[in-house]
Amino acid sequence: MTTATLTPARAGTGADDTRIGAAGTLRHIGALTRRNLMRIKADPESMFDAVLMPIVFTLLFVYVFGGAIAGGQDSYIQRLIPGLLGQTGMTLALAVGTGLNSDFQTGVMDRFRTLPIGRASVLLSKLAAESLRALLSSAILLGFAFVLGFEVKTGVLEVLATVGLSLVFGMSIVWISMLLGMALRSPQAVQGVSMLVLMPMQFGSSIFAPTDTMPGWLQTFTEVNPLSQLADASRALLNGEGAVAHPVMVVLIWSAVSTAIFAPLAVARFRKRT
Amino acid sequence: MTGIATAPNTRGTAGNAVEVHGIVKHFGSTKALDGVDLTVREGTVLALLGPNGAGKTTLVRVLSTLIKPDAGSAFVGGYDVVRQPKQLRRTIGLTGQYASVDELLSGYENLYLIGRLLDLSSRDSKARAAELLERFSLTEAAKRTAKTYSGGMRRRLDLAASMMGRPRVLYLDEPTTGLDPRTRNEVWDEVQRMVSEGSTVLLTTQYMEEAEQLADELTVIDRGKVIANGGVAELKARVGGQILQVRPAHPAELPEMARCLHESGITSATVSPDDGLLAVPLAGEEQLTAVIGVLGGRGFAIAGIDTKVPSLDEVFLAITGKPTAGPATAPAAALVKEPVA
Ligand SMILES: Nc1ncnc2c1ncn2[C@@H]1O[C@H](COP(=O)(O)OP(=O)(O)O)[C@@H](O)[C@H]1O
Ligand SMILES: [Mg+2]
Repeated sequence: MTTATLTPARAGTGADDTRIGAAGTLRHIGALTRRNLMRIKADPESMFDAVLMPIVFTLLFVYVFGGAIAGGQDSYIQRLIPGLLGQTGMTLALAVGTGLNSDFQTGVMDRFRTLPIGRASVLLSKLAAESLRALLSSAILLGFAFVLGFEVKTGVLEVLATVGLSLVFGMSIVWISMLLGMALRSPQAVQGVSMLVLMPMQFGSSIFAPTDTMPGWLQTFTEVNPLSQLADASRALLNGEGAVAHPVMVVLIWSAVSTAIFAPLAVARFRKRT
Repeated sequence: MTGIATAPNTRGTAGNAVEVHGIVKHFGSTKALDGVDLTVREGTVLALLGPNGAGKTTLVRVLSTLIKPDAGSAFVGGYDVVRQPKQLRRTIGLTGQYASVDELLSGYENLYLIGRLLDLSSRDSKARAAELLERFSLTEAAKRTAKTYSGGMRRRLDLAASMMGRPRVLYLDEPTTGLDPRTRNEVWDEVQRMVSEGSTVLLTTQYMEEAEQLADELTVIDRGKVIANGGVAELKARVGGQILQVRPAHPAELPEMARCLHESGITSATVSPDDGLLAVPLAGEEQLTAVIGVLGGRGFAIAGIDTKVPSLDEVFLAITGKPTAGPATAPAAALVKEPVA
């Protein structure tokens, strides 16, 4: 029987002096992001919210309600698509909590925690994978919209700005999703609660219909609803009509406030559990 | 953080891969660990034997940095579990009580990911993953998602995952609970191979048989306290070695058989009419010959004989004089069989 020598290489101090380093951390995030993407590939249903929902919404609203709401399908497409594009980031951010919950429940997180990696790597890799998913989802939505006759009245920069704004807002929602993921019992529960949050925000916004025919209390809600501001900002950016600066500012303020409140809470809770 | 001098600490005695001193851990009002001391010498296998709820998993989680102890200290490979968790993690591999594989990844991808997170190169991760898949008979299933694996296959994958980095100290928390005998033997072979390659193993189990098969040393715990420890042979001697079971051709003769043995001075024989068995704890090999000699000489027809290692319950009874706190445990072989995939 050969016996390994277990004397630590650096027995000089009692400190935890193994540094992981930037290159190591990047490598770990890369490996974990690859894992998250492979999970999406292995479970294509998880792409439904990213791919199918925008398409179903587009078809349903353009052909069923389009004529009634905006007086014609073409003008309705120009109204709807920017709004759907704007909310993409949030929809996908809500999936982070589901993934985190499942990692805790299945013991995968315990396995990661016995490995010499930084705990932030697990989170950052989730953000990276969800951002890629948001980009893919935006590309599919836009491609489909073009087929239906959607036109970008401005330019590529404005399209990028719209997607960017959507991602920024999504990143501020990730923290709420993480908190849900760590508070609730099962991935299904996280998904259910996320839907309960998402649905009223989507429909109580200016994404699908102009808000001026809604009852007063609902108008108040839609005005403070950041998804309305996101939809207004996206329409201004892509259709080249209306003020851009104001809705963009409001979205950025919303994002900053949400991040300032929920990021410390989520990180503290995550540190406590890992 | 410069200029702060670190207080000198005890980093354990040379030659001990794991050293645990007075570890205490509470969960609310439950005292899961109540001052546990133990040591595992380098290159040896220690079996931590105890019933459900004894604190085995809690101790393994403390030693893998997953939870912090409330009191006491522990060193693994010379590193402090509380103060040097990152360095300690480079030393250990853990197979928890419940498989922690990513169900949506294939067996191969699970192992490859861990290789990369352990800073193995891409090529080394691939090679090591292939090697372990082969050893654990998972090569054919390597490309399938782990979701399609049977319970035993997941467990094997989990074991392979904990061995990816050739850890110097390996923790196995009930590694064979729920496995069929064939898979259990495979796991035992792999553990022995890891030990022959220089690893130190701390394994928890509810089965005396497993401890006997794998361990050099045995620590018995109950309700968070160590109640016995020592070499396997030493403890076995205390417990009384093997038990002979005799199955008569005519169960009606059981009381008569026991009476004859008593007359011949073998007073420890007990009968269990429900199982149709006569049980005799064996003090030594000569006693087996004596029992068979007596029964054969009196003309009893014997349908079968068998020897078995004492169960955990019997070990507890011998050590503490009282039965285990947890529910009765089944012998490994009698557990649910999984389909061999
Ligand atoms: N996370 C926890 N929260 C509350 N109680 C726990 C927790 N983990 C373990 N316990 C309790 O601690 C005791 C020891 O549990 P455990 O270490 O799992 O035992 P074993 O692995 O030997 O079966 C049990 O009474 C168990 O209920
Ligand atoms: Mg346990």
